[in-house]
Amino acid sequence: MDWDFIVGHVNYWLFIVLMMTGLYIVVAKGNLVKKIVGLNIFQTAVFMLYISVGKIDGGTAPIFPTDMKIDPAVVYSNPLPHVLILTAIVVGIATTSLGLALIVRIREAYGTIEEDGIYQIEKDIAAEEYRLHNELKSRRS
Amino acid sequence: MTGIAMTTFIDIVLFSMLVATAIAIVRMRSLFAVVMLAGVFSLLSALLLVTLDAVDVAFTEAAVGAGISTVLMLGTLALTSRSELASRPAGLTPLLVVIVTGAALVYGTLDMPNFGDPNAPASTHVAPDYIAQSPAEIGVPNIVTAILASYRGYDTLGETGVVFTAGIGVLLLISGLRRRRREEGDEE
Repeated sequence: MDWDFIVGHVNYWLFIVLMMTGLYIVVAKGNLVKKIVGLNIFQTAVFMLYISVGKIDGGTAPIFPTDMKIDPAVVYSNPLPHVLILTAIVVGIATTSLGLALIVRIREAYGTIEEDGIYQIEKDIAAEEYRLHNELKSRRS
Repeated sequence: MTGIAMTTFIDIVLFSMLVATAIAIVRMRSLFAVVMLAGVFSLLSALLLVTLDAVDVAFTEAAVGAGISTVLMLGTLALTSRSELASRPAGLTPLLVVIVTGAALVYGTLDMPNFGDPNAPASTHVAPDYIAQSPAEIGVPNIVTAILASYRGYDTLGETGVVFTAGIGVLLLISGLRRRRREEGDEE
């Protein structure tokens, strides 16, 4: 573990800290909208980690001059991760919107968007069904 | 050297602001504030992406992450509720899960090449070909555009399919919401 190694890796670790903050929100918080926000934080941190892999020291953004007179001395950063992450951002907003639509439907069906409340209602429904089932069974016998 | 010191300084400032925003999101109860902070988080990450040379990704993140997703979340808040109720105390399990996962990920980075290493496998495999060939083959100044729309055009086509499917899903889930609400209103 020399100094060069730590300096070269510390930004990966910082991205992992951001990722884990997002994961903590998803696991620990009961509100569904907040879970989606946590998922977005996780996602953005992964994007930044990916982009940082394509960064080259002394490099610049991968765009040529408009007259296309390319100076061979200029170093360009790796454009491939940028393309992949552009696709991932758009797919991410698609999943986010689907999740939010599900939350709207859950609110409509249960009247709450808190995980605890939904569990409680599910438990009540199950208990009620169990009671009805037992009642029917005792009537039949 | 001063250039590198300046970039490091900017990176550190942006990172501390990102972490502060994320922690504020964890602690906030008001969902409106949480959604706004999520927009702030997206804009800050767009700034960080600019320092990593990914300008195309940065403006997509600013437009999509801070723009569209904030609007969608505000719409959801308008249809549901505005504040988070106090839930049961989460206990230590989530913290434990997060620490174990984080440790595993850090272990995974240990054999990665240094940040900015020009000889990293990611930068020596196909990327130099794209940079060298795209002026002659595609002739577009922006290499990211050349790859996105031409070399990997099928990826982008697939992405359109994903967005289309998600749009159909959202329409199916939401459609009839107003009608059902009106019917409920009639019953009452």
